[in-house]
Amino acid sequence: MDTLRSQTSRTVLALGLLSGAFILFTGAVGMIAAFHEREVVDRFISLGQLLLLIAPFVTGYFVASRLHEYGEAPAQILVAGLAAGMLTALPSVVLLLFNSDEFRFLLFLVLRLAPFVAASAIAWGRHQAGADTQTVIGIWLLIAVLVGIVTFSFALIFEIKGDLRSVLVNIDRDWVEVITFDNRKDLPVGIATFGLVSIAAGFAGCMLHLMPNVPRRALIYGLGITALVGAFGETARLILQENVDRDTLREIFRRDTLRQHAALALFVISTAAGFFWAMYGSQVRQSFDNIDTSNRRRLNMIGLVIFVAFMLLLPWLIGRTLSDVAVTIGIFVLMGLGLNIAIGLAGLLDLGYLTNYAVGAYILAVLTSIGPLGLFKGTFTFWMVIPLALLAAMFAGFIFAVPVLRMRGDYLAIATLGFGEIIGKLAISDWLKPLIGGAQGVQAIPKPIFFGAELKNPEQLYYIVLVASLVCLFVSIRLNNSRTGRQWMAIREDEDVATAMGIDTARAKLLAFTLSAATGGVAGAIFAAKVGTVFPNSFTVFVSINVLSLIIVGGIASNPGIVVGAIVLIGMPELLREFAEFRFLLYGALLILMMIKRPQGLIPSKIVTHEHQSGVKAKLAAAE
Amino acid sequence: MFKWKTDEFSWVDFTIDVLRILIVLAVVIGAWNTLSSGRITLAQWVNLFAAGLSQGSIYALIALGYTLVYGILLMINFAHGEVFMAGAFSTVFLAEAFNRTGFLNEQPLLAILLMIMFAGLVSMTVAILLERVAYRPLRGSPRLVPLITAIGASFFLQYTFRGLYGSAFKAYPQVKILQGAISIGGINIPIVQIFVFCSALVLMFGLYWLVERTRVGKAMRAVSENKEVASLMGIDIDWVIMFTFGVGGFLAGSAGVINGVFRPQGVNFFMGFIPGIKAFTAAVLGGIGNIPGAMLGGLFLGVIEAIGPNLVLAGLGIPGANQLKDVIAFTMLVLVLIFRPQGILGERLSEKKA
Repeated sequence: MDTLRSQTSRTVLALGLLSGAFILFTGAVGMIAAFHEREVVDRFISLGQLLLLIAPFVTGYFVASRLHEYGEAPAQILVAGLAAGMLTALPSVVLLLFNSDEFRFLLFLVLRLAPFVAASAIAWGRHQAGADTQTVIGIWLLIAVLVGIVTFSFALIFEIKGDLRSVLVNIDRDWVEVITFDNRKDLPVGIATFGLVSIAAGFAGCMLHLMPNVPRRALIYGLGITALVGAFGETARLILQENVDRDTLREIFRRDTLRQHAALALFVISTAAGFFWAMYGSQVRQSFDNIDTSNRRRLNMIGLVIFVAFMLLLPWLIGRTLSDVAVTIGIFVLMGLGLNIAIGLAGLLDLGYLTNYAVGAYILAVLTSIGPLGLFKGTFTFWMVIPLALLAAMFAGFIFAVPVLRMRGDYLAIATLGFGEIIGKLAISDWLKPLIGGAQGVQAIPKPIFFGAELKNPEQLYYIVLVASLVCLFVSIRLNNSRTGRQWMAIREDEDVATAMGIDTARAKLLAFTLSAATGGVAGAIFAAKVGTVFPNSFTVFVSINVLSLIIVGGIASNPGIVVGAIVLIGMPELLREFAEFRFLLYGALLILMMIKRPQGLIPSKIVTHEHQSGVKAKLAAAE
Repeated sequence: MFKWKTDEFSWVDFTIDVLRILIVLAVVIGAWNTLSSGRITLAQWVNLFAAGLSQGSIYALIALGYTLVYGILLMINFAHGEVFMAGAFSTVFLAEAFNRTGFLNEQPLLAILLMIMFAGLVSMTVAILLERVAYRPLRGSPRLVPLITAIGASFFLQYTFRGLYGSAFKAYPQVKILQGAISIGGINIPIVQIFVFCSALVLMFGLYWLVERTRVGKAMRAVSENKEVASLMGIDIDWVIMFTFGVGGFLAGSAGVINGVFRPQGVNFFMGFIPGIKAFTAAVLGGIGNIPGAMLGGLFLGVIEAIGPNLVLAGLGIPGANQLKDVIAFTMLVLVLIFRPQGILGERLSEKKA
């Protein structure tokens, strides 16, 4: 019983403080205040507040499921949920106190006492472990001095600056406003509100887990869908705007936010739908599984036709703004599929992918521009240059690949990163300025003309991207199972063995680099035509990181995964502008998290999953 | 030098050899043009060299972090540049506070020492957390996995500090005592450069002493030699790895302050990325995993970066040669990785390590 208690309290403490740290972190980097700008439900809840609710709610849910595994009683679990909610609020409340004028002295007290407390704790631990007095005193002094330098320095900084805000720029009025639920003037009330809301959310999370399966799933669907639609209210409105009349629209949205009754209706509908899915979903799925082969083929064909029709009609369904986003997503799908040939299939971690993108964009810019830097002033059209951009990018990929053929793994990654940086610096340099315009770049790139019609809107450019992506997807799928594809996979798994099997690794790797460069070039050219100007700021290491992240998150070597990865990682920051500032924060966190928890990606490729599993098995076998 | 002796003609080798000849030609022609034109006097060359040494000593301090970690874990801690940034960015505030109270100019050496300690400890904390959260769960996985994690960690840290301290550029206050120059044999060398070089040397000797003369250093060397055997000898591997990250972080943080004294401008969240890659170049130049190598590599890279654009690029008639400083450094990186991945001092690593 005792071990159960300590295990329980440790779990609650760990999970609660983890989510507390999350709330504190998102607040300190300004996420909560930025998200507060976007309302999820009109005059009811903002995205920032939703974040404050979700953390304790999810923590409560996880605490409950953990404790359930330990075999705790429901009453205990609910108490634990309350505790988890409280712990979630705790760090932020402490920061609130430190930030207020009345309780600032607490901050200084903590900062000045911390070294002595830390030193004493560690020294006591050593003493208990049986160290002699001299060592213990030495350790005490060392820790006290080291920690003291840090905390006393911070104390000095805060004292001189006067408040936290002048150092931690996001611990500002807005943050206090959000986190106290608009009770900035009355701090005790604000703290109490925040604490109670957090505790209630933790409790609700627990309750949710204790519910029977069907209503629980229904509620999760309902809440999730309502929150999603609310958060992406602007997107939802833009889509509806194309399809319903203005009065209905006004009934549902106030500017970009869901009205309260609309949100309620959506919640009821989605919960009901979720309820039915939870009840009968497995039966439906089963009856699909039971369909025989000929009918299944017919069904697949119908699905394909619907999908193609949907993709063709998409710009009309979603309107101009979202078509623009779709074009951007398409460009990144192209690059993702291309880079996947190098990273996913051949295992060559190419961090210089922006090179190909830049080559494609600049080739198109210089050849078609009607501005002062255009070489031919309109003699070449978009359609003539696209193949040239492709060939030029392939050539660039080839040239940069030759020197790195002998390198492996991490050295190859760093070398390609170096190439990317070199290209970026060259693009902005005075040296190449007469050719590509230095920091100002190349302007006045005409839009593509298709049988006399200028494709100037994103709705029209969308089709170019769509066709290019589909071609690329087709090639990519065919490559997956081709002889060359298998050679690449062999190289990815073990280069030495691949060589021993008679694979010309140099040739295969060159092919991988060259092919992967090709789509980068096309993507760059389309990008240049879309934007109309090409300047070096568009070609930084962030392009490569974007593409790398969407491959890793979507699923390495998995074509559908890459499409989904692009939609999520590229689409989300475009649709949720408040989020754009934090996109690389999220990408970074996702890369770490995916590598630790799910290295095969969201939609894994079958082969990679198989390898990971067999890898785990091999490890287990080796451990035994 | 050339690999004509291989039994078969390999066109990859051939291309690489052609590349080698082209580069040597470019360097020789550029240098010849510059030197024969006499545009830059001897005093100016010495000044460039001295500035290069100071910059290089900062690279060397950061490079030591790469080398220490690589020596033990065989992984490239790509986020090490951000560890440097963490210390440098945090200490700006302390430097401003010291400046405001007048402490910085009354007791400059003590103030800078305290700043170095502060920055070092902040960076150390970041490095240790990084190891604990991002790298430890992945120990023993395929080599690209920790590298991708490290790239993620790098951007995560950048944007965390952007969120915490804001995206505005900050600057270190000037230290009065370090302004001005002293004349050595008729050539004026800024005091700050001498200070930077000397303090970096002190830190490097400190590290050398730590690794070669203390018990912990011995444990570090043992772990880098063979983890299994070291753990059989009663060494706590996890602790040693944590300690290594901590030491590397401390050096990076102190490099941040020294960098701030040397070049006060341009402190922001992205300041660690380029120096990070350059320091990695330095580490590879000297032979990664090799401590004196990283020091030499850093100094070498700093000097090349200072002299290269003026000597070679200007000689080839490229305008705005000093803009292309970074290009020289990154070209160095690629060239070293192509032609001498074992570095100047390193012996050829086995396939497993290289």
